[in-house]
Amino acid sequence: MHRIAIVGAGTGGTVLANRLAEELQTEIEAGDVEVRLITADPEHVYKPMFLYVPFGKKTVEDAKRPVEELIDRRVTLSIGRVIDVDTDRKKLSFADSSVLAYDQLVLATGATLEPEAVPGLAEGGHHFYGPDGAERLRDELAEFTEGHLVLSVVGVPHMCPAAPVEFVLMVDDWLRERGLREDVDLTYTYPINRAHGLESIADWATDLFERRDIALETFFNVEEIDPDDEVIGTVEGNELEYDLLVAIPPHAGSDLVTDAGLGEDGWVDVDRNTLEATNAEDVYAVGDVADVPTSKAGSVAHYEAGVVADRLASRVRGQTPTATYDGKTVCFLEAGMSEATFIEFTYGEEPFVREPSKPLHWAKLGYNESYWLTARGLL
Amino acid sequence: MTETTEPDVTIDSRDATCPGPLMDLIGRVKTLEPGTVVELQTTERNSTTDVPEWLEEAGHDLLGIDERDDHWNIYVEVN
Repeated sequence: MHRIAIVGAGTGGTVLANRLAEELQTEIEAGDVEVRLITADPEHVYKPMFLYVPFGKKTVEDAKRPVEELIDRRVTLSIGRVIDVDTDRKKLSFADSSVLAYDQLVLATGATLEPEAVPGLAEGGHHFYGPDGAERLRDELAEFTEGHLVLSVVGVPHMCPAAPVEFVLMVDDWLRERGLREDVDLTYTYPINRAHGLESIADWATDLFERRDIALETFFNVEEIDPDDEVIGTVEGNELEYDLLVAIPPHAGSDLVTDAGLGEDGWVDVDRNTLEATNAEDVYAVGDVADVPTSKAGSVAHYEAGVVADRLASRVRGQTPTATYDGKTVCFLEAGMSEATFIEFTYGEEPFVREPSKPLHWAKLGYNESYWLTARGLL
Repeated sequence: MTETTEPDVTIDSRDATCPGPLMDLIGRVKTLEPGTVVELQTTERNSTTDVPEWLEEAGHDLLGIDERDDHWNIYVEVN
């Protein structure tokens, strides 16, 4: 029996398990291969949905489905928390003291939020990167009628790099719709010398910010927040007052990764094309936890999972794997509450940003619904 | 800055794409004492302009930029 263990049932882990169940159907049914999906959380979460929660357009429940409803019946599901990865002995240890041996391991443990890494951020800042934060921000925004709203990108890299730009464009539009925009000042801050890591997105956003009276602060690296006086202090020695702070918190990978010697800061060092771990044999990473030079985005996890499924299936069949990941990344970007654009790029490419339109906004909303087909490995 | 300079801290950001190297530098500089000399290794050409611009903004000193065969070493003194 060839045992494939996948740790993490987010987009990467779930798509991978379902693709393997399809590709290795015969081998699994013959008892020659086991595909095991391991997750501490029995619910699958589609995080891009959280962007809409602060505006009352989606609920946290819309972002969740039970993992067992999404996976192929040929996948073995284990609910449990992995606390140690031993890549020499090829064993996983669980919080309940059980141990699982594997032949091939895929880490898909994602990224976690670390607001506590910046003094005052947890107390003084809101965010929309998790269920509780998105709901609290919804309640706060509903009552916010005047003052200075600051969207600050504090941590880089972070999940869904387009989301901070989307949020500030959406909140601008949302406030206009509600007749409150004249009483609210909007500021967007970013750590480097432009509005986004990708130059084409930065140029596009900067132009829109100017047209829509959204102030842009660059080289803005948050050092601390004073929640009582509502002031942000930066590494560069500047201060910015706020009435409502929406911050993208620092992100971290998984302690499992660091403890197993697979990479620094919890991100797995991998070959960017094969997604095989640099520091261990028969270990792969997909999704946010894989340290590759592109966005930490659902589309990346999705495409990486397809590549790793092909490579693992080739290994199982004794063939030389040839599938590679070229950095393909696809993102819809909301430009307000009723228009969106769309970008697509690979490693080293600058995306072309199309003129925002209503059909692309509808396409984004449509994809949010059809995502559940992606998770099932069908789309 | 010459090739014989011995940095106190070396940050290897080779193969990271923009803004990775600059963010690696900013993250480390926050934790370092004034007077510390940092060598930032980068394969991203934009770093050779972005990093000096940030140093100016944040008040740290650029000691020099060495071009190597396949990367740049940017030397910084923390203030």
